[in-house]
Amino acid sequence: MTSLILRTATRFLLPLLVLFSLFLLVRGHHEPGGGFSGGLVAAAAFVLYGLAFGIAEVRKALPLDPRTLIGSGLLIAVTSTTFSLFAGQPLMTSLWWKVAIPGFGDLDLGTPLLFDLGVYLAVAGVTLLIILPLAEE
Amino acid sequence: MTHVLLVLPLLIPLTTAAVSLLAWRGIALQRVLAVAGAAALLCAGVALLAYVWKNGICTTQAGAWPVPFGITLVADLFSALMVVLAGVVGLAVVVFSLGSIDRGRDAFGYYPLVHSLLLGVCGAFLTGDLFNLYVWFEVMLMSSFVLLALGGERPQLHGGIKYVTLNLVSSAVFLAAVAMLYGLTGTLNMADLARKLAGIQQPALVSAVGMLFLIAFGIKAAVFPLFFWLPASYHTPPGAVSALFAGLLTKVGVYALIRVFTLIFVGEMSFTHLLILVLSGLTMVTGVLGAMAQQEFRRVLSFHIISQIGYMTMGLGLAGLAESPAMASLALAGSIFYIAHHIIVKTNLFLVSSVARRLCGTFELKQQGGLYQAYPFLAVLFLVPAMSLAGLPPLSGFFAKLSLVQAGLGAGQYAIVATALLVSLLTMFSMTKIWAEAFWKALPEPSAPEASPQRLSTKPWLTLVLPIGALATLTIAIGLGAEAVFTLAMRAAQQLIHREEYIQAVLGGPT
Repeated sequence: MTSLILRTATRFLLPLLVLFSLFLLVRGHHEPGGGFSGGLVAAAAFVLYGLAFGIAEVRKALPLDPRTLIGSGLLIAVTSTTFSLFAGQPLMTSLWWKVAIPGFGDLDLGTPLLFDLGVYLAVAGVTLLIILPLAEE
Repeated sequence: MTHVLLVLPLLIPLTTAAVSLLAWRGIALQRVLAVAGAAALLCAGVALLAYVWKNGICTTQAGAWPVPFGITLVADLFSALMVVLAGVVGLAVVVFSLGSIDRGRDAFGYYPLVHSLLLGVCGAFLTGDLFNLYVWFEVMLMSSFVLLALGGERPQLHGGIKYVTLNLVSSAVFLAAVAMLYGLTGTLNMADLARKLAGIQQPALVSAVGMLFLIAFGIKAAVFPLFFWLPASYHTPPGAVSALFAGLLTKVGVYALIRVFTLIFVGEMSFTHLLILVLSGLTMVTGVLGAMAQQEFRRVLSFHIISQIGYMTMGLGLAGLAESPAMASLALAGSIFYIAHHIIVKTNLFLVSSVARRLCGTFELKQQGGLYQAYPFLAVLFLVPAMSLAGLPPLSGFFAKLSLVQAGLGAGQYAIVATALLVSLLTMFSMTKIWAEAFWKALPEPSAPEASPQRLSTKPWLTLVLPIGALATLTIAIGLGAEAVFTLAMRAAQQLIHREEYIQAVLGGPT
C-alpha cells in the first residue's frame, strides 16, 4: 500500500480534504453539508493518511485523541443548545448575532454553527475511534 | 423556569458523560464526576417534581418549534416521579460501583456509559413525541448493550446476544407501529395523536396498531410471553450493572405502556385493557413459578422482576375496565405506587446479591451460607427489601399491593385479585428460600478453591453498604409515609385518567 505516488498525493490531499471538510461544515448552514458530512470527510482524510503512511503515523498526526474529540464535540454541542435557556427561550432555540466586519459586510453568527462544530468533532472522533483500531489489527 | 427544569434531567447526564470522555485517563476524576452527576440528576428530578406538583403539567418545545411539528418535552407528575426514581437508582448504583467495579471496566468508560443510560431513561420519561421516544429508547439500549457486554466474559456475551436480538426485534416492531400511526394520523406528537385518533373511524385498525405497541413495549417490559431475554441476561454482568438494569430498564417499558394506553389507545378499552389484564395475570404467575425453580441468587431475582411487572400492568388493565374515573384512578395509582416501590426494592435486592456474592464467592444459593452469623446487619438490610417485595406490612410493597387489590375488587375482577394474592404468597416463599440458603444455613465446605469466602476489606465496605442502607431506609420511609406517597400517586393517576389536561398542556400553547 505504501506506494510513492499515494504518499506524495496524500501529502497534498490531507490538508485539502481537511479544508474541504471545514468548507462543508460552514456551507451546511444554508445548503447541503453540515457537521455530520464534514466530520466524515475529515475522518476520511486521516484514514487516507493512514493508508499511505501507516496508522501509527495517523496517531502522531492527530491533534487530539479520538475520545477527546468526541467528548469536546459533545460538550460544544450541548453548550450551544443551552445559550437559549439563558435568554429565556426553550432549549436548542437558535440565537443569531450580526457581526460587522469592515470591508466585508455583516456576518451572521449563530448557535447552530456552534452545534454543527460539535457534531463535526464528535462524528470525526467516533469514525476514527472505530476505524483506527480496526486498521491496526 | 419551565424551560430549564424540564431539560436539566437531560443536560446533566449528557454533560457528565461528555466530560467523563474528556477525562478518559483520569479514572479518579471520572468517579467523582459520576457521583456528582448522579446527585445533581436526583436534585434536578426532585426540583422538577416539586415544580410540577405546584404548577401542574409543564411543557417545553425544543428549538421553539411550534406544536405539533417540533419535539415536545412534557413533565406530568408521573414522568417527574419516574425521573426522581431514575436519579435515586442512578446515585445508589454509581456509589455502589465505586467499590465494586473492577479496573478493567473502569478504564473502558463504565461511568460515561452509566450516564448515557440515565440520559436515555430520563429522555424516555420526559418526551411527548412518539418518535422521539423511540430515539431515547435507542440511546438507552445502545448504552445497555455495551454495559452488558463490557468486560467480555463468556456468560456476558452469551446473555448479551439474547438481550440484543430480542430488543432489536422490539425496536423494529416499535418503529413499524410508529410508521403505521403516522400513516393513519399524520402526526407523532402524543397529545396531538390522542386528539386525532378520536376522529378516526376505523377502531379496529387503531387497536391493531395499539397491539403492535403492546408487543414492542411488552418485550421491553418483559411481559408474558415476551420475557425470555430477561432471565437469560440479567445475571451475567457485574452486580452494579444488573442492579441498574433491574431497577430501571423494564420500568421504562412499563412507563411507555402506561403512557400510550392511557393517552392514545383508549378507544376500545374493553378489548385492549382486558388483554393487558390477562397478560398481567400470566406474567405474575410465570414469573414467580420461574423464580421458584431457580437456585441462583440473581436468577431468582430476575424472575421476580417479571412477576412484579405483572402487578404494574395489572393496574393499567384495571384502569381500562373500571366503571368510574375514580376507580380507574385508584387502579393506576396502585400501578404508580407499585413502580416506585419496586424500583427501589429491586435495585436494592440486586445490590445485596452482589455483596453476598463477594462474601461467599458465588451466586449459587446452594454454596452460599452463614451470612446471618457473620454479618447480621447485612441480613437485616436484605430482609427489608425482601419482605417489602413479598408485601409484608408496614413496608412499601404492602401498600402497593393493597391499592391494587382494592381496585381489583372495586372493578369486580376477582380472578386477577386472587392471582395477585397467590403470587404474593409464592414470592414470600422464594424470598424465604434465599434467606434460608444464603443467610440462615451454615456455610457449606467450599467445593472449589476459588469459591472460598473473602472478608470485606474496610475501604469499599462503606460504598457498598451505604447505598443498600439508604435504599432500605427509603423502603421503610415509603411504608411509614405511605399516605403521602399514595397522595402523589393518586394525583399522578388522575392526571393520566383526565387526559384532556395533558392534551391541553401540550397543544394549548406552551407556557
